[in-house]
Amino acid sequence: MEHIVIIGNGISGITAARHIRKLSDKKITIISAESDYFFSRTALMYVYMGHMKFEHTQPYENWFWGKNRLNLVHGYVTKVDTANKKLLLKNSEEILYDKLIIATGSKSNKFGWPGQDLKGVQGLYSKQDLELLETNAPNKEVCNRAVIVGGGLIGIELAEMLRSRDIPVTFLVREKSFWNGVLPEGESQMINEHILEHHIELKLDTNLDKIIADKNGWAKAVVTDKGETIECTVVGLTAGVTPNIDFLKDSGLELGKGVKVNNFLETNVADVYAIGDCAEQQEAIGDRRPVEAVWYTGRMMGEVLAQTICGNRRIYKPGHWFNSAKFLDIEYQTYGWVFSEKAKKDHEHHFHWRHPKEKICVTIAFHKDTKLFLGINTFGIRMRHEILDRWLTEKRSMDYVMEYLKDANFDPEFYAQYEKAIVSQYNSQFGTGITPKKKSWKRIFSNV
Amino acid sequence: MQIIKKIGLFIFLIGLTIFTTLPFIGEFMVTPETLDKVIEEKGISSEIFIQGMKENVVGREFSGMLALSPQISQVLETANAQHRKGKEYKKVIYTGPHDMAAAIGKASGGGFIVENKVLMWFLTFGLGILGALLFIIPNIVLLGQKGIKNDGIYHENATNRGWIAWMVFVFLVSFYLVLYFRSEYAVNWTYLVDPISEFLSGNPAGHWFVYGFMYCTVMTVMAVRMYIKYRHNMYQIIRTTSVLFFQIVFAFLIPEIMVRLQMPYYDFKNAFPLDYDFFFQWNLKDLLNSGGIGLFILVWGIVLTLVIVPVMVYFFGKRWYCSWVCGCGGLAETLGDPYRQHSSKSLFSWKVERWLVHGVLVFAVGMTLMTLYSFFSESSTVLGLKTQSVQSAYSFLIGAFFAGVVGTGFYPIFGNRVWCRFGCPLAAYLGFVQRFKSRFRITTNGGQCISCGNCSTYCEQGIDVRAYAQKGENIIRSSCVGCGICSAVCPRGVLKLENGPLKGRINPTEILLGNDVDLMDLVNKK
Repeated sequence: MEHIVIIGNGISGITAARHIRKLSDKKITIISAESDYFFSRTALMYVYMGHMKFEHTQPYENWFWGKNRLNLVHGYVTKVDTANKKLLLKNSEEILYDKLIIATGSKSNKFGWPGQDLKGVQGLYSKQDLELLETNAPNKEVCNRAVIVGGGLIGIELAEMLRSRDIPVTFLVREKSFWNGVLPEGESQMINEHILEHHIELKLDTNLDKIIADKNGWAKAVVTDKGETIECTVVGLTAGVTPNIDFLKDSGLELGKGVKVNNFLETNVADVYAIGDCAEQQEAIGDRRPVEAVWYTGRMMGEVLAQTICGNRRIYKPGHWFNSAKFLDIEYQTYGWVFSEKAKKDHEHHFHWRHPKEKICVTIAFHKDTKLFLGINTFGIRMRHEILDRWLTEKRSMDYVMEYLKDANFDPEFYAQYEKAIVSQYNSQFGTGITPKKKSWKRIFSNV
Repeated sequence: MQIIKKIGLFIFLIGLTIFTTLPFIGEFMVTPETLDKVIEEKGISSEIFIQGMKENVVGREFSGMLALSPQISQVLETANAQHRKGKEYKKVIYTGPHDMAAAIGKASGGGFIVENKVLMWFLTFGLGILGALLFIIPNIVLLGQKGIKNDGIYHENATNRGWIAWMVFVFLVSFYLVLYFRSEYAVNWTYLVDPISEFLSGNPAGHWFVYGFMYCTVMTVMAVRMYIKYRHNMYQIIRTTSVLFFQIVFAFLIPEIMVRLQMPYYDFKNAFPLDYDFFFQWNLKDLLNSGGIGLFILVWGIVLTLVIVPVMVYFFGKRWYCSWVCGCGGLAETLGDPYRQHSSKSLFSWKVERWLVHGVLVFAVGMTLMTLYSFFSESSTVLGLKTQSVQSAYSFLIGAFFAGVVGTGFYPIFGNRVWCRFGCPLAAYLGFVQRFKSRFRITTNGGQCISCGNCSTYCEQGIDVRAYAQKGENIIRSSCVGCGICSAVCPRGVLKLENGPLKGRINPTEILLGNDVDLMDLVNKK
């Protein structure tokens, strides 16, 4: 029986394992040093905030693995010997494989800041990071201030977490406005306001210079590039993540930022594959980045690779870009590509609508000449994935999107609807006379 | 703000302490007139009972029902034992000892509590309401920006099965035990609400009136909490208002007013088989003897169960009843909201749930068939089983113990829908309709789920919502009551409760939306 070994029990590795089991009877072993069972990394913040217990982050009950003959090994792989198809574990145990899937995810970025390895300085990625945070910042008495470095999604999550325990937070953001390398200006501005509403001290256009230690080797303050010294007991380093592949250095696998893979998620060595955060596409797919540390792409790679491994060789072809996040109380969804001012191409124009009072806004990107719909960002409004995916595939025009916008709304029942206001602003801005069509179940389910 | 909260908690606890002390105190003296009245009302012909009462009870002062009740029970049981021995069955008193003690006690109370009903109402209910509101209302400020605020739920003792939760558990269980099985100890409570009861129905309050009034009060206060907590969520606000309206107007006010108008006491929204004694002989006789309104109720009750309920479930799902109208649901969604996370999501619990809830449905329907057979054939047994014994067993095991003591008492430990999930026969019936023929579903939004588990954690019905959402499947489950909290707590906008066409409602998927593999066509072909 063919032995499939998967390093990493995150979403990509586990999805691959589940689908291989669905399709075959192969022997499957999953190795992880992080946790005994698969858990949802995205939910770690809720454990600290007291919304959930750690066990709630585990999507499958503990009996699931045995029942499906998914052999779980707790261990740390130190060496991959591709010539002999052999893995060496930290405890000197050896595991032989027929096919190897590398799904080791990411680790937090550290950019060589002085003091980055002091006690009290940490990232937020793994289960161990969560446990460390619980020790470093159990309450505002032990942690009387935290400084977070890096204005991305994990940074704002960490800020929200610490604020849930009333810990004062200073948030250093390199950019002139929060996440404006990704978000268009209006949206980024709205999030800036919202961060302040949550009593988070936001320092824009500010970099970390160094972290200062006290006599016991604990962080006691940070110094910014503006020369300001901020006293604190915890420093959160959340300046992005990078593939977790150090253990592969001498394995003969071609490495870039991550493990280089082709369209089929195959590495340069036969029978070795890489999926999820740690995989780097040799050629970027569409506008996607070669390394995508996104939950659902990990899952999709797992789905596809399982087919390939079970004799149904398939190409990895993620569809239209989409994603979502939550900034404190504001939900964010995106479908298609809406680039920031910095990143967008000349032909990309934006239509932006913001609610006069609430923290709700929409940005829609379109081609300035053809009015082709390119993508949409919504804040505080939920959208129907299926509809937007269809519009992108059908290459709909901006006017069409406006006319049928109600079909795409996914907010809970009885929520205030904003299509009228959005379309009316669009009409006055572009001199159109569009009346939004009523939501139609028939259209929504026309492709089912 | 924190200080106001603490003051509120303190005031609430004072009110609660006084309320809890009441069953143990008070002055009771049974006068000869009271005894005569009871003898007349209950049609008592047992001279042993009358003699015993005169010797041991009448004219003596008792301090608290704890002193009086055992005396009455003992006299009653002694009398009944002698009559049974002498085969004088006509003289046997069929009123239970606790009901007898409650009836006599109610008419015999005196002293401070009885003379100061309004003041005592304020010191119990009044302080409770005031304190609770002072505890809840500062949350408008303390919760900060509107949005989902579940911070600290698993850190707080009260909401994480700590000692406070266990105290609440003990209190609720004891309260229900008194209510169902030792109503004589509720006599002092009835005095507090006598003025309200007399205003509504013209009669002094019984212990069920206390319960009904308290139910409405608790729901109203906890609805204020819901309004504050979910002030960003229109679905929750409207739903809470609906459930509160039906409790206060339909379950509480209308039945009391009907009594005043000499009509039968009836809750128009309480559908069989939740309303399990609707077809009991005494109820049918009562309705048939009540003229036009009785007949109307009889027809309404049948149409409600057979037509209105399933048709509404077809259009809106069972949520229209379970989380918009029902009283049990109403308490669960208000008082029970802080405990919703405790429902078990394990596969094992789901198995237990299916056996239990459908078992109760079979029990309820079987019992009703027996009842109807007995009613029309005028025989007291069916296939050798005594109809009345089956009815009593159901009333005791399901009606009182499961629905009351376990159903509500276990809130702080096993979540707020223990009864609705494991026991309610109406929920089981609606569940069939919802599962097999309904436009309702919780739609999963393509591939946006990140498996975080908020939805599953906060599902009061113990549905592992995430198991469906992370596969891109809609959630179609018979037990879903459509409370809408999974959708509310989802950080990624994945879930939406909606009614739509039947086609495509159940959508098992192999590959989620967004993965443009050719095999999508391959594997999704059903």
